Amino acid sequence: MTVAHRISDQVSRRSLLTSGLAGGFLLAFHLPARALSVNEPVQPPDETAGKFAPNALIRIDGSGTTTLVMPQVEMGQGVYTSISMILAEELDADFSRVVLEHAPPSDKLYGNPMFGIQATGNSNSIRAWWPHLRMASASARAMLVQAAAQQWQVDPASCTTANSEVMHKDSGRKLSYGELALAASSEAPPKDVPLKDPKDFVLIGKPLKRLDTPDKVNGKAVYGIDAILPNMKFATLKACPVFGGKVAKVDDSAAKKIPGVQKIVVLDDFVAVVGDHMWAAKKGLDALVIDWDEGPNAHLSSNDIWRDLRAASEKDGAVAKTVGDIAKGLATGDRLDAAYELPFLAHATMEPINATVRVTPDLCEIWTGTQVMTRVQSEAAKAAGLPVEKVIVNNHLLGGGFGRKLEADMAVAAVGIAKQLDGPVKVVWTREEDIQHDVYRPVYRDTIAATLSDGKIVGWKYRVSGSSIMARWFPAGFQKGVDIDGVDSAIDMPYDIPNFHVEFVRAEPPAVPTGFWRGVGPNNNVFAIESFMDELAKKAGKDPVDFRRGMLGKNPRLLAVLNLAAEKSGWGQPLPARVGRGVSLQPSFASFIATVVEAEVDEQGEVKLRRVTCVVDTGIAVNPDTVMAQLEGGLIFGLTAALYGEVTIDKGRVQQSNFNDYRMLRIDQVPKIEVHVIKSGEAPGGIGETGVTAGPPALRNAIYAATGVALRRLPIDRSLIAAGKKA
Amino acid sequence: MATTLTINGEQKSFDAPADMPLLWVLRDVLGMTGTKFGCGIAQCGACTVHIDGKPVRSCMLPVGAVRDRAVTTIEGIGATPVGAKVQKAWLDVEVVQCGYCQSGQIMSAAALLAATPNPDDSDIDAAMAGNICRCGTYVRIRAAIKQAASGRQS
Repeated sequence: MTVAHRISDQVSRRSLLTSGLAGGFLLAFHLPARALSVNEPVQPPDETAGKFAPNALIRIDGSGTTTLVMPQVEMGQGVYTSISMILAEELDADFSRVVLEHAPPSDKLYGNPMFGIQATGNSNSIRAWWPHLRMASASARAMLVQAAAQQWQVDPASCTTANSEVMHKDSGRKLSYGELALAASSEAPPKDVPLKDPKDFVLIGKPLKRLDTPDKVNGKAVYGIDAILPNMKFATLKACPVFGGKVAKVDDSAAKKIPGVQKIVVLDDFVAVVGDHMWAAKKGLDALVIDWDEGPNAHLSSNDIWRDLRAASEKDGAVAKTVGDIAKGLATGDRLDAAYELPFLAHATMEPINATVRVTPDLCEIWTGTQVMTRVQSEAAKAAGLPVEKVIVNNHLLGGGFGRKLEADMAVAAVGIAKQLDGPVKVVWTREEDIQHDVYRPVYRDTIAATLSDGKIVGWKYRVSGSSIMARWFPAGFQKGVDIDGVDSAIDMPYDIPNFHVEFVRAEPPAVPTGFWRGVGPNNNVFAIESFMDELAKKAGKDPVDFRRGMLGKNPRLLAVLNLAAEKSGWGQPLPARVGRGVSLQPSFASFIATVVEAEVDEQGEVKLRRVTCVVDTGIAVNPDTVMAQLEGGLIFGLTAALYGEVTIDKGRVQQSNFNDYRMLRIDQVPKIEVHVIKSGEAPGGIGETGVTAGPPALRNAIYAATGVALRRLPIDRSLIAAGKKA
Repeated sequence: MATTLTINGEQKSFDAPADMPLLWVLRDVLGMTGTKFGCGIAQCGACTVHIDGKPVRSCMLPVGAVRDRAVTTIEGIGATPVGAKVQKAWLDVEVVQCGYCQSGQIMSAAALLAATPNPDDSDIDAAMAGNICRCGTYVRIRAAIKQAASGRQS
C-alpha cells in the first residue's frame, strides 16, 4: 500500500517544513487547545504567541511545558506515546512533563507522509513519520541550544541537552527550555541537524508507560461519543435494511407521543429521531412505522455474491508482478491447486459509530473520533453546503478504529440531521445499525497453483479476486487494474521461487459497501499463502517449518523469527491426539513475524486455543511493550475472525445484528500468548495490524496438523472438521 | 418522573422515565460519560456499574428498578480500596489499548475481587466472560486481576 511518488513529494515538502526553510517556523498557527484530560468540548483556540513553536508539532511555553501536537490519532495502538517518545528523544525533553494535543485538520501540516493526507491506518504512523519527527525535534533542540549559546557567548557545540535543559559543562551553567523559549523563537533554524546515534537513545526502545491510559481507567477519557455541548439533543438513526434502499413513507404518529422525542428527521436514505436523550430517540425510532423502497438489491444473497466472485476469479486478472517463466514453472514438477475464500467482516469497534454536530448558517462544528480528520472536514463541508474552512473538526480518542473510522459517513449523516435543528445534536448509532450498515471487509477469493520439485516451490501463480477498496478510497492506489493494497504481502511474499506470478481481479460485490479492515490486504493474502504453504509441505512430505526454512535464503530476518518461534513454541515436541501446532510467517507492514498456534480440536469440530507463540522483528521497537500489546491484541482480533467472523447477506440485508450473532472471543477462550520482540537496529516497521494477519493461518494450520482437514474458507467450518474430510 | 439516586455516595436528583435504562440516565441526563454504551442488550459489559456492590449491566436496568440501592460507577470506584487496587494494577500491567471497554472491565474486576479476594483462573473466567474487549487485552486483564489480588508490584 506504499505509494512511492507520494512519499517523495511529501519528504521534500516536509523536510522544508520541519527545517523551517519553507516558513514553517513563521506560519501563523491557530491550534485549538485540546488537552487530553479535559472533558470540555469547546475551548478557546490556543495561540502560539509567546511560545517557542518551531514547527506544527512542538510548542514550548515560558514555564517549560512542552506541548506535542499529535498528527496521528490514538485508537488504542499507543501511537500518542510512541510519537511523543520520538519527539521527546530528539528534543531531549523531560518526558514526564509533555502535554499532548489532538491535531486539528490540516493535510498541509499533519498529512501522513505516506498517504499525503491526514490519515491513520496501514500500520504506518511510526514508519511514515520516523524521519520527520526526529528532524522536527532535532531542529527545535538545535535552536534552543543556539539561544543558550548566544546568551552565554559560547560555542553551541560546547553545550549539551537533557531533561528540557541546555547545559554548558565547562562553566556549569544551565538554562531550562522554558527560560529559553522566547529567545529560541528568534533563532534561525539550522541547516544541517545531526540526529542522535541510536545507541544514545534514552527513551526510544524503553517500555515506557503510555500517556493516554491513566484517564482510561477512571472514566475521565473523552471519546467522540462522550462529547457534551450546552443544549445538545440526542439522535439515533435507521437506514433502509436493504443496501441502496430509500425511505418511501414514514408514519410517526406513535413516535411523536413518546416523552422526550423532539423531532423526526426523514432524509432520502435514512430516518432519525431526535430526543432529549438516547432513550427517547431509540424508543421513538422503534415506534416509527417506515415503508422502505428496497430498490434493486432486495433479492441479493450471499450465494449470489459468491457465485459471481467465483466466476470472476476464473478469469485472467491484471498482472501485479511476474518473475521468471510462470508457464515453464507450472509445467515442472508436481502441481497443486487450491482456492481460498474469506467472508465479509464488520468492524464492530467497541465505541459505536457516532458524531456530534452543530450547523449554523455559516459554520459547521463536529466532535467525533476519526482516522481521517481532513476527509471528515471535506465531506461534512459538502453535506453542510459550506466551504471547507467553515467546518471545524474536533478529534477525540477513538474507542477502536480498525479501519471503520477511515470513512466519513457517520459525520455526513450527522450533518444531515443537524441541518434540520437549531442546536447541537449527538448522533449515536445502535449496535444493530453499526453491524448492518458498516463498510465491510470485502469477500475475497484467492486461487493458487504451485509446483514442487525436490521439496521446493518452482512455480507459483496467485490470483486475488475481490473488491478494490483503493479505487474508491485512494484512487492512486489502483493502477492498471491492480489494487496495491489487494496484492500487499502477495507480490512480496518471502519465499525464493524462481517462477512467480501474481494477478488481481477487481470484482466488486453488488450493493455491499467495502472498506479497510484491520490487517487490510495482507489479511487475505497471508491467510491464503500460509495455508497453501502447509498443503504444499504435506505434498512434499516435509515438516511445515523445515519446508519454509528451505526457501528463506533471501530473508534472514524472517528465518531468524521462524527459528526462534519454533524453539519457543516447542515445535516438533510430541502432542496429545487431536492437538496440533500451526505456523505462519509474514513480511507484512515491514515487520517480520513468525507465529505458532497450538489448538485442540474435538470430534464435533469445536476448537480450543491452547497456546500462541509469536516472534517479531519490527526493527527498532520504539516502545517494546506497545509492540507486545499490539501483537497480543491483534492475534486475538484475527483469531476472533477466524473462529467466528462472518457477515452474510439475505434479501439484500445483513443477517447479523449485535454481539449475540456477530461473536467475539471472550476471556475464557483466550490462551497464553507469548510475544518475543527481537532487538534490531533497522528502521521501525508497522505493528498495529500484524497480529490480525498472523493468527488465522497459524490456527488453520494447527487444525490441519491436528485433524488432517484442510480448511480453505474462513471462518472455520466446524462441520467440515467433524466430517473429517482430508485434503 | 422526579427520581433521586445515590451515585458514588452522592444524592443525584433528575427527571427521567422509569423505564429508561440507568446507562442513559448516567450518560445523557447526568453527564457521567465514564460508563459506556456498547451493545444495548447486555452482551458486551461496557456499561457495567455496581448496584450495592454487585456488577450489573446498566444498559438493561430500568432506572425505576434501582430505588434506594447504591450505584457505583467508574468515576467512583477508585474511592474504594479494591477499586483503587484494580485501577493501579491496570496501569502497572498496562492493560489498556483503546480503553473504551475498560470502564466495564474494571467494574467487573472490582466486583470479583470484592467477593473473591484471591480468584483463580476459573473465577476470573466466570466473572469476566461477560465483558468484551475488541482490542483483545484479555491476557493482561487476567494478569492485572492476579496482581491486584496479590498486591504485588510490577
